[in-house]
Amino acid sequence: MYAQLVDTGLKKVAEASEMSADERAFQARVDADVKIEPKDWMPEAYRRTLVRQIQQHAHSEIVGMLPEGNWLTRAPSLKRKAILMAKIQDEGGHGLYLYSAAETLGVSRDDLIDDLHAGKVKYSSIFNYPTLNWADIGTIGWLVDGAAIMNQIPLCRCSYGPYARAMVRICKEESFHQRQGFDIMISMCNGTREQKAMAQDALDRWWWPSLMMFGPPDAESVHSAQSARWKIKLLSNDELRQRFIDQTVPQAEFLGLSIPDPELRLDEATGHYAIGPIDWDEFKNVLKGHGPCNRERLATRVKAWEDGAWVREAAMAHARKRAAREAA
Amino acid sequence: MTSEWPLWEVFIRSQHGLAHKHAGSLHAPDAAMAVKNARDVYTRRNEGVSIWVVRSSDVVASSPGDREALFDPAQSKVYRHPTFFPMPDEVKHI
Repeated sequence: MYAQLVDTGLKKVAEASEMSADERAFQARVDADVKIEPKDWMPEAYRRTLVRQIQQHAHSEIVGMLPEGNWLTRAPSLKRKAILMAKIQDEGGHGLYLYSAAETLGVSRDDLIDDLHAGKVKYSSIFNYPTLNWADIGTIGWLVDGAAIMNQIPLCRCSYGPYARAMVRICKEESFHQRQGFDIMISMCNGTREQKAMAQDALDRWWWPSLMMFGPPDAESVHSAQSARWKIKLLSNDELRQRFIDQTVPQAEFLGLSIPDPELRLDEATGHYAIGPIDWDEFKNVLKGHGPCNRERLATRVKAWEDGAWVREAAMAHARKRAAREAA
Repeated sequence: MTSEWPLWEVFIRSQHGLAHKHAGSLHAPDAAMAVKNARDVYTRRNEGVSIWVVRSSDVVASSPGDREALFDPAQSKVYRHPTFFPMPDEVKHI
């Protein structure tokens, strides 16, 4: 979800008979819920897939700061501004925890950032949509962070120790994000008719992209089976999406907002909500770089990185000079 | 010249008088900046009252391959635990 369509580089799930002794021992540890740690032996495909997954996740955290930063200077009160600032700061921290987890797999953070800037590695499709008004900030916290929590809680149990530990820390902080979003929605839905209309408009625009965050339907997710075997994906895209829908529809009802899906209905037999078709062409289009904000987001990241280069270099030069003086 | 900042491991002492515990890692050009960054990244919610930072390259770790040699010998020495010694019910405060 924050990591969508993670390529394992494999055509099919490896069978026990095709595994080397090392691979069989590795899989046995994963099956026994023993955490894999950085210095442990691991199959190269596992390591590569994790680097891809964790860095997509990390990039999503820091690119996710941009749509919200758009509203920092226009938050409706000092309190809302301080809260939004704290949330955005958390996202930066989450990016850092995740980059650190990826670095334990033998890659450098600068290389990961180069991959993002070169367009070689994606971030979540959701951040390519614009934040048009203040209600979007509420909706992002409520839906986007809500969807993120749905995905991240199972990942606290994933097989790779540093990733699992980063997820535990992130999940503790993420709940604040979702609640601050819902709190904004409550205020707007209890406000003037215009404010409530803004809330409905934001839900109309963010609902479907939020459902797409969980990635393509299970039948089309070619790499999920191997990732599930390695316990770096614990629930399927469709399972997570269904949980999210079941949890969110009653929350929308509480707000007095309607979900923009004429086919939405509660299936009495299963207790789950059924939804209309998701426009996967839109999803694929956004992933290919043709969403409303893809170019702007990446350009903003690259500019921030390049504009900050002299600071990073100066700080390093200063540290080297001081170290040399102390050594002399 | 590469300007990637070196990696530091961060240890935080929580409020409750416990030992410093590994919290995570971060990049910083020097120790002073590492402490500042650690404060911003790892103590935003009153998680700590003290911070240690150590250059990651200075950490010496045991190797996973030595796990059996290092840790298995302890398994056969159950007498190191007090519960190994059954105590008569009549005997108190021991």
